[in-house]
Amino acid sequence: MIYNEEYETLPREALEALQLKRLRSQIERIHARVPYYRAKMDEAGVAPGDIKTLADIGKLPFTTKEDLRKNYPFGLFTVPLERVVRIHASSGTTGQPTVVGYTKRDIAIWSELMARCLTAAGATPRDVIHNAYGYGLFTGGLGAHYGAETLGATVIPVSGGNTKRQIMLMRDFRSTVLLCTPSYALNLAEAMVDMGIDPKEMALKVGVFGAEPWSENMREEIEKQLGLKAIDIYGLSEIIGPGVAVECAEEQKGLHVMEDHFLPEIVHPETFAPLPLGEKGELVFTTLTKEAFPVIRYRTKDFSRLITAPCACGRTFHRMEKVTGRSDDMLIIRGVNVFPSQIEHVLISIEGVEPHYQIIVDREGTLDTLEVQVEVSDTIFSDEVKKLEGLPKKIQNEIKDLLGVSCRVKLVEPKSIQRSEGKAKRVIDKRKI
Amino acid sequence: MKVEQIAIFLENRSGRLAEITGILAEKGINIRAMSLADTSDFGILRLIVNDTESACKVLKEKGFTVGTTEVVVAEVQDKPGGLANVLQIIKKADLNIEYMYAFTQKSGETGLIIFRFEKLDAAINALVNGGIRLLSGEEVYAI
Repeated sequence: MIYNEEYETLPREALEALQLKRLRSQIERIHARVPYYRAKMDEAGVAPGDIKTLADIGKLPFTTKEDLRKNYPFGLFTVPLERVVRIHASSGTTGQPTVVGYTKRDIAIWSELMARCLTAAGATPRDVIHNAYGYGLFTGGLGAHYGAETLGATVIPVSGGNTKRQIMLMRDFRSTVLLCTPSYALNLAEAMVDMGIDPKEMALKVGVFGAEPWSENMREEIEKQLGLKAIDIYGLSEIIGPGVAVECAEEQKGLHVMEDHFLPEIVHPETFAPLPLGEKGELVFTTLTKEAFPVIRYRTKDFSRLITAPCACGRTFHRMEKVTGRSDDMLIIRGVNVFPSQIEHVLISIEGVEPHYQIIVDREGTLDTLEVQVEVSDTIFSDEVKKLEGLPKKIQNEIKDLLGVSCRVKLVEPKSIQRSEGKAKRVIDKRKI
Repeated sequence: MKVEQIAIFLENRSGRLAEITGILAEKGINIRAMSLADTSDFGILRLIVNDTESACKVLKEKGFTVGTTEVVVAEVQDKPGGLANVLQIIKKADLNIEYMYAFTQKSGETGLIIFRFEKLDAAINALVNGGIRLLSGEEVYAI
């Protein structure tokens, strides 16, 4: 099924004409309204009038998380705050959140995009949608919620946590569609078995999973354990939130990018030169219709490639291959974005803690675990157990407060963390995703 | 009246204790008293040795986290009620013991109790006024 037949199946030529028209007016508006973008364009020697073809986008400077940080909180908004109806935020790389805003029209477009995604996954207005993405500043919960309502389905805004109750509600409400992170889906399956419930007795038929990378193996596992069709969804708050791209139920192979609203590019991960269609590199997006918080050539740091082959579902949008890795050191722990620099920030703010640390990520059963190993220096060492035990607890609490993720802090002997030559190896990711 | 004690941070890994005692043996350092506090993740080894300075130096060189603290070593009669008497004095003075451990002298007539107090000087006063004999550092190192 296709939610917006007219746009989602536009012939490529008409789609590209629409993209160019929207791109030009978007660039003109951003240039006129945001001094920061204007200065960057001036510096690059490019004016809005220079954008005559879609390929001309390569003349525009990139936007990175660093740019967002410099303009915290509202510096890159193109409308006055009175026109902004919602703010979302995600954690930044050094403790300062990344803030995004939406006008009424942005929310309407986002809701439609999520409705398109749910439809592509196989959901209909008759479905009962169990939405276990976190509600709050994170875009996942509310983004999916509005999409499900726009579709006309029945939404259960259950948010994260309290797994047993979730399972009870899912069973009693006869929920047919599950929205959550793929690792939480596996966690639910495991919890059902523990509760003596056969997951196959649930009414679930499809799951739309995102907010963290997952493999084909994980898809097989989820489909087998929960007895549903597992669909991958992609998005990031800097672009709009969930709903930037989605797999279709027909092929489950590559995610259709909502190209009438976002212009994707693939660039070389080191030179940042645009790569020919089909080649693998870093994924870059330019928003074409966003009002409050548009971005020009935002570097996602996600690795992918674009698939141009026609799809059985009939959508003409190019597909992006499932994201396989990142060009930076961002970790996704139980759906939460974590940068090692944020953990370092917490450690060095605690007196006496030396910056010799290591982050070990693993997966126990279906849940990600985060362990931070800290070397015990002479200044933090105490001959008293209670003092020495207090330190890991303090670090744990601060990390939980700042990043919203629980971790285990382990004190280790000095020099036990491997010193590498040059760049320290801070992260050991043992997960087999 | 204050005695220097060494504390060493240990991860719970096999062979670490053997390593430390080996290092000290090689330097000819004699261990007078020891105790090991352990948690699920790590341990703290506390030692009183005949040459605190050299022991700290060599252990630090070998990459261990080492600290020194001052403790009190009290002599108690090796008979029923010997320790109880000392603890009564501490209780009356309203002092908190952070930790304690015991060892015996060669003569076997008296036992020695090592105390770590938060308020060290107050503890020394209370014990001395209570008639408890405290050993000096030299006496302990020379045992």
